[in-house]
Amino acid sequence: MIELENVAYSYGGGELLTDMTLNVAPGSFHFLTGPSGSGKTTFLKLCYGALQATAGHVRLFERDVRGLSRDDVAILRRKIGVVHQDCQFLDHLPVTENVALPLTVSGQDPDGADANLKELLAWVGLTGRANALPPELSGGERQRAALARAVIMSPDVILADEPTGNIDWEMSQRLLTLLVELNRMGKTILIATHDLGLIRAAKAQVQTRVLRISNRRLQMAGADL
Amino acid sequence: MNFDLRTTARMLQFDERADRVVPPTGFTARLTLFSAFAMSFLAVFALALSLAAGRVADRWGNELAQSSTIRISAPAGEVATQTEAALRVLRTTPGIVDARALTLDEQRALLSPWFGADLPIDNLPLPQLIDIIETEDGYDAAGLRLRLAAEAPAAVLDDHARWRRPLIDAASRLRLLGWASILLIATAAAAMVTLAANAALAANAQVIAVLRLVGAKDTYIASAFVRRFALRALTGAAFGTLTGIIALVLVPSGSETAGVLTDLSIQGIGWVWVVLIPPLSGLVAFVATRYAAGRVLEDLA
Repeated sequence: MIELENVAYSYGGGELLTDMTLNVAPGSFHFLTGPSGSGKTTFLKLCYGALQATAGHVRLFERDVRGLSRDDVAILRRKIGVVHQDCQFLDHLPVTENVALPLTVSGQDPDGADANLKELLAWVGLTGRANALPPELSGGERQRAALARAVIMSPDVILADEPTGNIDWEMSQRLLTLLVELNRMGKTILIATHDLGLIRAAKAQVQTRVLRISNRRLQMAGADL
Repeated sequence: MNFDLRTTARMLQFDERADRVVPPTGFTARLTLFSAFAMSFLAVFALALSLAAGRVADRWGNELAQSSTIRISAPAGEVATQTEAALRVLRTTPGIVDARALTLDEQRALLSPWFGADLPIDNLPLPQLIDIIETEDGYDAAGLRLRLAAEAPAAVLDDHARWRRPLIDAASRLRLLGWASILLIATAAAAMVTLAANAALAANAQVIAVLRLVGAKDTYIASAFVRRFALRALTGAAFGTLTGIIALVLVPSGSETAGVLTDLSIQGIGWVWVVLIPPLSGLVAFVATRYAAGRVLEDLA
């Protein structure tokens, strides 16, 4: 599904990530940890084709990203739902239109998927906030809206970058419950986080694999997690 | 970014949802509207100038091309003889339809704009003028001069070429200048729209990042900007053209002494060019924005 083979990424003359090899199997639940600035976000960007590896190979759905045009990468990205820490919304559009954005840009009629959209907003608990603008949402609501947007195309993989970074414990548990629910539906989950509490809570509910970026390399995390 | 014919056609299709993804941009919207308005207004004038210059060049060319004059400058007693000799030569010259000596009244009428109607022309040693009307193919001016020199030495042939050519050249260059101005105006409009589009795209880098995150192709992102700028340019140009036409109507005209300055009007086929100004402005904006979007999206990749 997502394969990295001896991947390295350099920027500004320095190597940020080196010799990374990983095979994310379908239906798996991965956590990626590491200190701030260790390259977790860069790693995720490599995993959804937003960045090109400077060495090695990144394969998304068995296609090497290096040989793809930007439009091809865009089409592949529709199979990967991404949740950012800062969510990244279009602030001038209401929640419903932001959540439906992947449908809009892929040429599908969001009105045709209206029932699904309502179900999805109900699933993340945002039915009452459907017409609110993103700046009017709380941190937790933004994260849940971002998750709804990430799954509206029914992607095979969901990548989340510090999804609980700006929300309280209760809200992060609620978000984790949604992610675990998606994993049980067969979706592949990869979460970058330094929230060890979140990882422990997830391990109690689902089988997870924890990876750590240390000294620019990818390692399996210790048993303490 | 792929910019084939199919992609271009898709870019021009109205798509309300796609257009909504780009937030309203006040400054660049006003800049594009104003630029298109001003440039179209100027384009109407440049076009009117070019068309008027063209008409003047054609008129001078047609009116003067088939006429010549012979001037008889001889002592008073010989004028009639020399005139008669010159007319004899002219009657037997191929390429001349008609030749006749101007009457005193006609010569007075020619001079009256400068000296007034009361000029005592009888007492002045004025040369006798002979008006020549040529066939379409004209005559051999060099040959005629030689024959006149032999048979009517006081006759001087003026085939108007000497002073007609600079006037026609001037009018033709003025016409060319008009078209060059239109080209410059279009280039300046394209530059301004490119700048505005660049500013709008740069200001919306975050929007572009979000669209890419959710799987938007570059063509889709560019389309949203391209349609918006093309529509603004079309609207601004339509108002600019209309204002230009109204301003042209208000320019005083002088039909009897029609020249470049008194004949700045649009006539006949010229209206086709005027009607084309707004869509051409839209097209210029379309191409300029497409170019700017291609560059910015490449830089942001």
